[in-house]
Amino acid sequence: MGGRAVGRYGGTVGSEVGEVSTTDIPPYRPTALPPFSIIGKPLPKIDAAAKCLGRTKFADDIVLPRMLAAKMLRSPHPHARIVSIDTSRAQALEGVKAVITGSDMPNAFGILPVSQDEHALEGDHVRFIGDPVAAVAAIDEDTATQALELIEVSYELLEVIGSIEDAVANPEPQLHDYADDGNLHKLVHLEFGPVDEALERAHLVQEDLFFYEGSTHLPMEQHAAVAEYGGNRRLTVWSSTQTPHYVHRALEKVLELPRSRIRVVAMPNGGGFGGKSDPFGHELVVAKLAMLTGRPVKICLTREEVFYCHRGRHPVIMKVRTGVTADGTITGMDFESYLDGGAYGSYGVASVYYTGALQTVTYQVPTYRFRGVRAFTNKAPCGPKRGHGTPQPRFAVEVTLDKIAERLDLDPAELRLKQLQPADSLTANWLKIGSMGLRACIDKVVEGSNWKTCFRNLPYGRGLGLACSSYITGAGLPIYWNSMPHSGVQLKCDRGGGVTVFCGSTDIGQGSDSILAYIVAEVLGVEPMEIAVVTGDTDLTPVDLGSYSSRVTLMTGQAAIQAAGRVRAVMVGPVAGKLEVPAERLVFAGGVVFDAQDPERGMSFAEAVALTETATGTVGSVGSYRPPKSPGRYRGAGVGPSPAYSYSACIAEVEVDPETGIVQVPRVWIGHDIGRSINSSLVMGQVEGGVYMGLGEALMEEMAYRTNRNVTHKWPSMLEYKSPTTHEMCDVTTYLIEDPDANGPFGAKEAGQGPLLPVMPAVANAIYDAVGVRIDEVPMSPPKVHRAIKDKARGKEPRFGPSGTPTVRWPEVTYVPRPVDGGDGKAHPRPEPAGTGG
Amino acid sequence: MLRLPPCEARFPTSIAEAVELKAKYGPEASYVAGGTDLYPNMKRRQQTPYHLIDVRRIPQLDRLEVDADGGLIIGAGVTLTRLIRDGRVAAGWPVLGQAAATISTPILRNMGTVGGNLLIDTRCNYYDQSYEWRKAIDFCMKKDGEICWVAPSSPRCWAVQSSDLVPVMVALGAEVILVGPEGTRTIPAQALYHNDGIEYLTKKRDELLVSLRVPAMGTAKATYQKLRRRGAFDFPVLGVAAWIRPNGGGTVADARVVIGAVGSYPIVSEAAAEALVGHALEDDTIDAAARAAAKPAKPLDNTDFTIGWRKDMVAVYVRRALAALR
Ligand SMILES: Cc1cc2nc3c(=O)[nH]c(=O)nc-3n(C[C@H](O)[C@H](O)[C@H](O)COP(=O)(O)OP(=O)(O)OC[C@H]3O[C@@H](n4cnc5c(N)ncnc54)[C@H](O)[C@@H]3O)c2cc1C
Ligand code: SF4
Repeated sequence: MGGRAVGRYGGTVGSEVGEVSTTDIPPYRPTALPPFSIIGKPLPKIDAAAKCLGRTKFADDIVLPRMLAAKMLRSPHPHARIVSIDTSRAQALEGVKAVITGSDMPNAFGILPVSQDEHALEGDHVRFIGDPVAAVAAIDEDTATQALELIEVSYELLEVIGSIEDAVANPEPQLHDYADDGNLHKLVHLEFGPVDEALERAHLVQEDLFFYEGSTHLPMEQHAAVAEYGGNRRLTVWSSTQTPHYVHRALEKVLELPRSRIRVVAMPNGGGFGGKSDPFGHELVVAKLAMLTGRPVKICLTREEVFYCHRGRHPVIMKVRTGVTADGTITGMDFESYLDGGAYGSYGVASVYYTGALQTVTYQVPTYRFRGVRAFTNKAPCGPKRGHGTPQPRFAVEVTLDKIAERLDLDPAELRLKQLQPADSLTANWLKIGSMGLRACIDKVVEGSNWKTCFRNLPYGRGLGLACSSYITGAGLPIYWNSMPHSGVQLKCDRGGGVTVFCGSTDIGQGSDSILAYIVAEVLGVEPMEIAVVTGDTDLTPVDLGSYSSRVTLMTGQAAIQAAGRVRAVMVGPVAGKLEVPAERLVFAGGVVFDAQDPERGMSFAEAVALTETATGTVGSVGSYRPPKSPGRYRGAGVGPSPAYSYSACIAEVEVDPETGIVQVPRVWIGHDIGRSINSSLVMGQVEGGVYMGLGEALMEEMAYRTNRNVTHKWPSMLEYKSPTTHEMCDVTTYLIEDPDANGPFGAKEAGQGPLLPVMPAVANAIYDAVGVRIDEVPMSPPKVHRAIKDKARGKEPRFGPSGTPTVRWPEVTYVPRPVDGGDGKAHPRPEPAGTGG
Repeated sequence: MLRLPPCEARFPTSIAEAVELKAKYGPEASYVAGGTDLYPNMKRRQQTPYHLIDVRRIPQLDRLEVDADGGLIIGAGVTLTRLIRDGRVAAGWPVLGQAAATISTPILRNMGTVGGNLLIDTRCNYYDQSYEWRKAIDFCMKKDGEICWVAPSSPRCWAVQSSDLVPVMVALGAEVILVGPEGTRTIPAQALYHNDGIEYLTKKRDELLVSLRVPAMGTAKATYQKLRRRGAFDFPVLGVAAWIRPNGGGTVADARVVIGAVGSYPIVSEAAAEALVGHALEDDTIDAAARAAAKPAKPLDNTDFTIGWRKDMVAVYVRRALAALR
């Protein structure tokens, strides 16, 4: 990291993008180097006490005078046309105040501009069991529930698309007419450099098939929303959402009410994990019902409805062919992914690209092809779950590398270490890598787990497995096309010394409110507890795009540094004048502004604010952040770029009971390159949480359907959808690697998603080490492991996994010359393969 | 949130009063103890009794004592937590605490009772679903429908006996005491169950389960092995209770092997007992008993996990249970 000089950190705030022109203020440059007074310390979260004491108010805790309860009627059919809906009997029920159907809210919405395919209530076409068709507002929940039973819907059943194979085989009936091809929502075909030639010349081509089952987020808090349409004809919606800004936009579109008359308040989320990142029908429905009845309306979904909201992990079939030299150096990779997207677009277009985007950022992949398809099926829509589209391919890549290492008799750790993607480099698919601490991550876990001694040497039934990963720290591009900041922060300083931070970000439990407080506190030299944080309120706070893609710490952090730096810059003039010291010598720390050379000469922060307010008027500022432009210019280049990439390495220890196939994971060692911890205990919490969620996906979670039984969800309940309890959680040894990134606030990168990614492949590789069978499928549940062990004993292939891929007609390739080809980041016709003479 | 259907609670303080209330309201009424089985079922509209007759204020149901013959009397209203914590139970019948501690979670065990546990509804992935879910699949014969979705050509329901204490009580030779409008009867625990997912109990509709009597263990030993996905919450997908009385010479004098959660009732494996009696608990004997016990187990696709694997696991778990009794 010696090459990245101090001056680059923080100095990049807004410097690569058009900075807001308040150029008379000298830019504040926080040092990226310790000592810090707050950054890095394991301080309590600012909302910890309220959460622990049960005082945090969640959306469902809101009770307003005259509030009504809403319920939604959902389709009992996986695929049908609505012939008619009769709500008259429901309307007539005593206590019912309003009943609405699709025709009351005909405008479509959707998170991505290219997939505006949802309706608050579907008016003529339902696409999965759980699709909402009508809603009721009544004096209480029981009455509303009763009213639902009185709504008569007549359906004309349509042929059901129950799987990705069905979708390939049956272009009709189409779920959506905007799909790329029949029921294939999106098809992608990208190539970077001559892959086929590389594979042809390779010493070894490892070919593997994998299946990664879908899973859901399972936040403890069920989605809830409350709406009120005030006397001033302004609408307020309080919701458990991760993305108030997008809810704001969807409300405007569907209700045809200008955003200036809508206020969206994101309540603290009782867990999100990506499951509350889309605008949802129920948020629009309560708004409409509040407008119709003139009374506040609340809805809190049942757990089953939360399963139907879903937007979780896509089930993906993958095929990967990897060419390597005799010493294991990758020469090319050909990757295919087949995603079962469910009934709606959601983030799906991004999800397909994500299953192909980040293969290149951990190890050098000199030539690379990616083909991906997302199918529409009559199931709850998939979308972004922690790791969004990348845990599946990461599983494939890390297991395939383990197999390569075995075939070449190499240590899997050495195999990876020798071909790490270098820091400050460009990948074949034009992703710009900044800091890269994967080497240190691998070294730490190898040492901590005693890998060199134990790997391949533990007794039968016990094993170790290694896997690595990388994740984006915020997406480089916004969801809808615009050049505005991704994050804004506003600061207000009070004469009494208090500071209020306003930001559109949403705390979903990850601690984003606290991060704002720590960063502003660091810059202004005050205590975090003296900072009031106001977030996620479209009336009060500047836009932040939301809590997704691990973007919040980096983007709001940079905006906060800028805002706080500007306040500081305004304050130094009057304070320096009063203290009669040069402005550059002023230090803000410990609640005091003082002369670095003569610390006795100073004044309290409150006095400094009062002085500044006297001199220049009200003290406040704004800051904002927009990610640097990415060099990739081809179609599809929008997914993958990020200001910074986090890295993780993980070693899992497993105990496999060969008689039952039951796998236990007693321990995980994980190294995570965080760039810089803003709060080390929050980072550790995210890492451990990622390991926990990863274990669930590795061992048991299944968003499964009974395709032959009307495509019903197999177990939409917290009892039968199996997710680990504390009994299944392993011990975790976490190593935080701090390799500061020039683009991160104080060098910080993400922690919320990346550490989940290596867990599943590490467990798979460990199972192989323990009992010599390959489970090329997630979850690695006991019946699968047991079957593979039995097959092995019978001399059959010791493997459990898929045997083929659907047959898809791929579109014409988008060929992108790589940086080493002297490319310009754009697509160009593929050069004729050398030596073919044609 | 899922809401309870409209209902009203009654709190009788004597057996007679409880039975009278139940007889009066008939099918409109249900006894309830901890409610940990009944209330979730009511929320899913599997049962919708209007009158809830809460049995927890009846003193006889609260007994936990050792009788003159050394047998253990457990009132139906004794909570699982109390059973687990009782010193006499731990000393004299350790298998009861061992099995009860695998039930659900500590919080549910604070509410759930022994009586309720013996009577819990049979379970099935097509049945333990909300009303809306069942409507989407068009219901099944256990509630509101005609067909069995697990075995569509079957005339009967195959919902699964899912209590952890049931196989243990059967293996220990416990008796249950029932009081109904027609009087009191005492029957062996095994006789309480019936091989049918719908009519899974032989208890008459209005009979109140008052208590159980578990004979003294004497020289016998027993164990319970439970297979489930996770270390908490989960109902058994297989439960093996094994009871063995050795004779002086180190061979088995008497044995009972009871398999739970692979049928609609606890399956008593006579064949396994036969394989054991007269032999020492050597590997071969255990293997033979395990294979015999696995034969009648017929898991169907209506619980967690796959059926082939669950079937395979029966022999493994019987073997482990018997090995634990060596
Ligand atoms: C999440 C969850 C997990 C669970 N896991 C397990 C598990 O792993 N293993 C397991 O065995 N059980 C499990 N259970 C079921 C249940 O909690 C226990 O079986 C408990 O012991 C039931 O007792 P109860 O008193 O709550 O029964 P209740 O719900 O009060 O009653 C159950 C049934 O018995 C009837 N009844 C109750 N008392 C009497 C009486 N004295 N006379 C006549 N009829 C009566 C009721 O009418 C009802 O039909 C679980 C439940 C939940 C919700
Ligand atoms: S076994 Fe068949 S009839 Fe019984 S509950 Fe299950 S689906 Fe219904």
